[in-house]
Amino acid sequence: MTAYLLRRIGYGLLVLIGVNLITFWLFFKVNTPDDIARIQLGGKRITADAITKWKAERGYDKPLLYNSAAQGAAKFTNTIYFEKSAAMFALNFGQSDDGRDIWYEIRTRAGPSLAIQVPVFIVGLALYVSFALLLALFRGTRFDLASQILLVVMMSISGLFYIIGGQFLFSKVWRLVPVSGYDGVMDGFRFLVLPVMIGLIAGIAGSTRLYRTIFIEEVGKDYVRTARAKGMGELAVMFRHVLKNGMIPILTGVVVVIPTLFMGSLLTESFFGIPGLGSYTIEAIQAQDFGIVRSMVFIGTVLYVIGLIATDISYTLVDPRVRIE
Amino acid sequence: MSITPVFLKTDLLIWLLVAAVLWYVLHARRHPHLLAPWIKVRRNGIAMACAMVLATYAAIGLLDSLHFRVTMQPVAPAAQAAGRAPPTGKAQLSVEVKSVLDVLIGVTLGQMAGKSEKTYSAPLATHSFAKETVERADGTQAREFPRLTSGGAHLKDTADAGADIAKRSVAGLAGGFVLWSLACLGLCLLIGRGKQPLRAWRGLWREPAYAPWRPVLITLLIICLLAALAVTLGSRYHLFGTDKVGQDVLTLSLKSIRTGLLIGTLTTMVMLPFAVLAGLAAGYFKGWVDDVIVYVYTTLSSIPSVLLIAAAVLITQVYIDTHADDFQTTLERADFRLLALCIILGVTSWTGLCRLLRGEALKLRELDYIQAAQAFGVARLRILSRHMLPNVMHLVTISAVMDFSGMVLAEAVLSYVGVGVDPTMNSFGTMINAARFEISREPVVWWLLAAAFFFMLALVLAANLFADAVQEAFDPRRVMRRPRPRLMEPKRA
Repeated sequence: MTAYLLRRIGYGLLVLIGVNLITFWLFFKVNTPDDIARIQLGGKRITADAITKWKAERGYDKPLLYNSAAQGAAKFTNTIYFEKSAAMFALNFGQSDDGRDIWYEIRTRAGPSLAIQVPVFIVGLALYVSFALLLALFRGTRFDLASQILLVVMMSISGLFYIIGGQFLFSKVWRLVPVSGYDGVMDGFRFLVLPVMIGLIAGIAGSTRLYRTIFIEEVGKDYVRTARAKGMGELAVMFRHVLKNGMIPILTGVVVVIPTLFMGSLLTESFFGIPGLGSYTIEAIQAQDFGIVRSMVFIGTVLYVIGLIATDISYTLVDPRVRIE
Repeated sequence: MSITPVFLKTDLLIWLLVAAVLWYVLHARRHPHLLAPWIKVRRNGIAMACAMVLATYAAIGLLDSLHFRVTMQPVAPAAQAAGRAPPTGKAQLSVEVKSVLDVLIGVTLGQMAGKSEKTYSAPLATHSFAKETVERADGTQAREFPRLTSGGAHLKDTADAGADIAKRSVAGLAGGFVLWSLACLGLCLLIGRGKQPLRAWRGLWREPAYAPWRPVLITLLIICLLAALAVTLGSRYHLFGTDKVGQDVLTLSLKSIRTGLLIGTLTTMVMLPFAVLAGLAAGYFKGWVDDVIVYVYTTLSSIPSVLLIAAAVLITQVYIDTHADDFQTTLERADFRLLALCIILGVTSWTGLCRLLRGEALKLRELDYIQAAQAFGVARLRILSRHMLPNVMHLVTISAVMDFSGMVLAEAVLSYVGVGVDPTMNSFGTMINAARFEISREPVVWWLLAAAFFFMLALVLAANLFADAVQEAFDPRRVMRRPRPRLMEPKRA
């Protein structure tokens, strides 16, 4: 088991190095710091001096990979790659264009993101699984058909409309909750109700449809037939057998999502003015702050890889056969 | 005046795609095993109705993919008489590139098409949405809602607007019905080979087992009615109102269809060759080839897709800005960005299909007929193309159809984030983006969002339902569930 885990973690590191190299290639090789400086300073009539100064201020005036002017180990460390890209492994993200420490911003903004994402995740899982089980229980009936049609229609509506429509109805017409804002979890509860609710509604179609197929697949298996043959009632079969077995793929499937909850939701946070990592990312993209985008790519990848490793662990716990592999 | 065709990069790709689909249709007609699943799709009434809707969208999108420029300076008469048109002197090309759809909209909607008002106006309105200082006939000034320049301009008294709209609606519905009847008559004559159209009609309406015609005909009726209404009402009023700078929202919506279709189809087309080749090669060759491919797609899929797209689009934007001379018109610039977006979306979405195909290839390579081919010494590339590829094509078809609707929806979100299509390009995303702040206005400007909502919903819903039917027909046994993403792929499937 330990060897198995170590292998996964090693591979995870390898993936991270790959991502690090890809982002470095995208941000420094495809577009040289000169190009970025020109865009940041704006316009075409930029003097070479201004570009040199801009690069020097941000430490972009070094060689990309190999510094032949330096001595010893500094040949590799005194380069853009080492200082801007490899340094991210030590959580050193540098400063954003407005001079703030990116790692500090990330730490403080993770809280508000979680305040939305955790309730959406937990309530959502319970809600979608119950709804899917209900549909599986009433499979083939008109209720099932009507719900499925409703889900397909809901799936075909862009998430933007849920947010805009929700804000319009609940905040503007009915004046139940404020349009946007954030004030902690306890004090600012009224700010969180609508974004969480919209997150739940926007995610219902995809998840419920998937879970329903998982349950229906389970219903067709032999052990269910045996249970029925023993004389078990439909409800007992569903709750005691189908629910339990169906939860295995569902739970192990959502494990990968848990670490990425930190990243927040881009749309929700931006529309509701929540100072989380999602809105941080959007603001960085719109301000063309490459430093922040690079850092968020790295953090997002780290969290996703952690999620993948956690999924593998959860599989070994649920299914002993995996360990032999 | 002469016309010079303009071939945008995306135009060429979309017509290439049309050619490929036509080739596939002709190819499949000759092979019963390829045709069989499609016959199953044809038996599905909902799927056929959806196909009808999708075909309408596709027709609009394709008409919008035929671009041309109008030469302003007339060609020398002598050369014209000789039957040749050599460019004597410099032909002045108009900067504005138009498409066939633009011309069609211009003909049917008349002066309503394009930008014809100053600012917002509500659907079917005769007066502007914003008050203006107007000079009265007696010389005094007053703040009032001015008459629109083109919307309802044919009316002498705006109080008649209600009656006029009702009259035009009835005319539109009647026209739509006539149009539909003609289409049906043509269909009946075609099916009955010119004889006994009434009997053919009874057969169609009673739904023979091989093809449920009734839902298709009803969908066609609805489309005909809507199209005729758009012509009779839309040529005198702004059917969906106008936007902030006074552009007709109906025109905007029709022009947005092309962008949505392109993103949905080109993305898949760009990624398919890589996904299929990499997936099959990884599963079939195993060893180091497998290791490398798995590493590449694991790494790419580990990056949060929105961020990878954002990074790549920002980079593309920098490239466009620094190479401004390579693009002659704003349309070409927007087109390049759209193509780049399709490629980037393709890069982020190919991993799922690749993983699926690798697993399938691992299973296939152990089967007897592949083993036999190997024993006979068939070249490995030939085994891949001749024996493996045809046996995974159903998965490729399913995934191409299923990805379409997701891409159309993704475009709207990406445009909101600021990394979607060029802001000057018509798309549902830019429409929603332009309208989202106006919802807090008093009174509410709702028609832009409503138009984007309905045009998008019809397209995506039809695509989703059609995709469900295709999946059921091609792979009824298995529920199409992508294998879960993993850090290290198991060596044996």
